[in-house]
Amino acid sequence: MATVISNERLGDGVYHLVVEGGNGGAMGQFYMLRAWGAYPLLSRPLSIHQVNDNGVDFLYHVVGEGTEILAGLNPGDSLELEGPFGTGFPKVEGKVALVGGGIGIAPLYYCAQELPDSDIYLGFSRESFRTDAFRPLAAELTVDVGGLILDSVDFAAYDHIFVCGPHPMLKAAQLKRIAVETSGKRPNVYLSLENRMACGIGACLVCSVSCKDGQRKACADGPVFLAEEVLFHD
Amino acid sequence: MIKTSATIAGVHFKNPIVMASGTFGFGREYGKLYDVSLLGGISGKGLTLHAKAGNPGVRVYETASGMLNSVGLENPGVEAFLAKELPYWETLDTARIVNLGGNTLPDYVLGAELIQRDADARLLTGKKAVDMIELNISCPNVKEGGIAFGVKTPAARDVVRAVRAATSLPLAVKLSPNAEDIAEMAEMCEAEGADAVSLINTISGMKIDVRRRRSVFNNLYAGLSGPAIKPVALRMVHQVARRVTIPVIGMGGITTATDIIEFIMAGATVIQVGTYNFMNLRAGSTLTEELQQFMAEENISSLDEIRGIV
Ligand SMILES: Cc1cc2nc3c(=O)[nH]c(=O)nc-3n(C[C@H](O)[C@H](O)[C@H](O)COP(=O)(O)OP(=O)(O)OC[C@H]3O[C@@H](n4cnc5c(N)ncnc54)[C@H](O)[C@@H]3O)c2cc1C
Ligand SMILES: Cc1cc2nc3c(=O)[nH]c(=O)nc-3n(C[C@H](O)[C@H](O)[C@H](O)COP(=O)(O)O)c2cc1C
Ligand code: FES
Repeated sequence: MATVISNERLGDGVYHLVVEGGNGGAMGQFYMLRAWGAYPLLSRPLSIHQVNDNGVDFLYHVVGEGTEILAGLNPGDSLELEGPFGTGFPKVEGKVALVGGGIGIAPLYYCAQELPDSDIYLGFSRESFRTDAFRPLAAELTVDVGGLILDSVDFAAYDHIFVCGPHPMLKAAQLKRIAVETSGKRPNVYLSLENRMACGIGACLVCSVSCKDGQRKACADGPVFLAEEVLFHD
Repeated sequence: MIKTSATIAGVHFKNPIVMASGTFGFGREYGKLYDVSLLGGISGKGLTLHAKAGNPGVRVYETASGMLNSVGLENPGVEAFLAKELPYWETLDTARIVNLGGNTLPDYVLGAELIQRDADARLLTGKKAVDMIELNISCPNVKEGGIAFGVKTPAARDVVRAVRAATSLPLAVKLSPNAEDIAEMAEMCEAEGADAVSLINTISGMKIDVRRRRSVFNNLYAGLSGPAIKPVALRMVHQVARRVTIPVIGMGGITTATDIIEFIMAGATVIQVGTYNFMNLRAGSTLTEELQQFMAEENISSLDEIRGIV
């Protein structure tokens, strides 16, 4: 059990939830959240936005039933937290770019804290949020609203690039990596995938990801994968 | 002292709570969250002779009180299971059930033979072997095999007969709610020498994405599980338990101790818990506690007192 410390609305359907409880975690890991009884049936996966002194922060976008319930939580309310789960971003050395699209910026805040001096790229389709929180953590901060944030990132300039965002953005990042590889540069591009999950711990196989070496589990082997490992089918 | 144990074909279940195939992996992941040896048993992820990648596309969708899955029997294959997962199972104090699926009849038979040979070898060296095979003729999510065998009794009879001949291990046959006549199917299993029947597997269902004007699943249909199917499952367990003398392993939508009691009252010897494992990652430990508590409250000293009383 965890307790809501605050649940602040940041903008259009975006909330910052701070809870007391949980078991910390590493960059790119996630928790399964549940603030209801039997229904909705499944718990919801949310990335660790930040590990605070007594618990964890989440940044989430209201898209449906579950996140709507989360949005109604008030300080003092309790919720169930299972985690941290998953294999997140590696602790790397070298020149790092953190690239987030929309709510995909959520896990990158913790990365920014753990990897100071990273260049941070945040892209939004309509309105930006949390950019002021990122600013002091970035070597350089690039914010884009309405365009394609990946266009601003020179893949050849980095040793490691962490990407989290909508599906088309992840595919585009994979293609961009292939393009830059032909010019002799080989940045390690890491993608954080958001497959639908049921158990979150690696037991049910509904989150399966097709990879070069066979099927992997988004919840346990991922959610973070090297871009060249993932086979995007659609 | 409250007695919750049961025996099926010589296999001891310390309590009636068995984890259902496909929802519990091989127990390792849940084993990190609680002591899975407190369970009555574990039915492992459905295996096929060779490894299977499962279905592409979306594999899960929530419904009113349930979920649809289209995993499509992704699994490591029988041999990899025996080499990599069974050694873990050896460390557990719970009934070990292998769930065996197949694409073709020879696949089922070869799979059962491999499991039998492994069990023979283990028993010779004093190691723990698989306790039971649960033959899955009812997966709705694979095109060949699976459900194709589980709907019509004559087709199912061929598989059950061939697998029965291939193994002397206790054999439960897992039935599909999509069977034309599930009670007739169960009678056939008993006649062919099965030691138990387990039911139900998921119910074939569908979800359409109206904006994209297509099913959300690449395979069109998917398997419905969870509380939504409990009334159907309970009725089928009741029907089948009246028609066969072999034990019935009942499942479908169980999430509480009273759900367990309902299935036992309908005639089940032990039960399985599937989807609830996703709603509560500690389902096994929650349910074992709740069951003891409920039985104490209701002055039930043994599940034998209430089995099949309805
Ligand atoms: C590892 C991981 C980390 C995530 N981190 C965040 C985060 O930090 N912030 C955030 O806002 N969102 C995050 N998501 C997406 C988030 O889980 C979904 O937006 C949320 O589950 C939607 O639930 P709902 O009930 O509001 O929507 P509904 O549409 O009502 O949900 C129905 C079902 O679809 C699933 N689902 C819907 N959208 C998604 C999606 N985009 N990804 C995965 N499953 C989905 C739900 O979990 C649920 O099972 C993450 C997803 C994953 C897999
Ligand atoms: C994700 C998922 C995967 C499943 N995989 C298998 C399987 O491999 N073999 C099998 O016999 N049943 C499989 N099932 C069916 C369950 O074992 C069980 O029969 C069914 O879900 C009904 O029980 P429940 O309502 O408690 O989940 C699966 C079910 C789910 C939800
Ligand atoms: S969500 Fe169950 S295996 Fe990944």
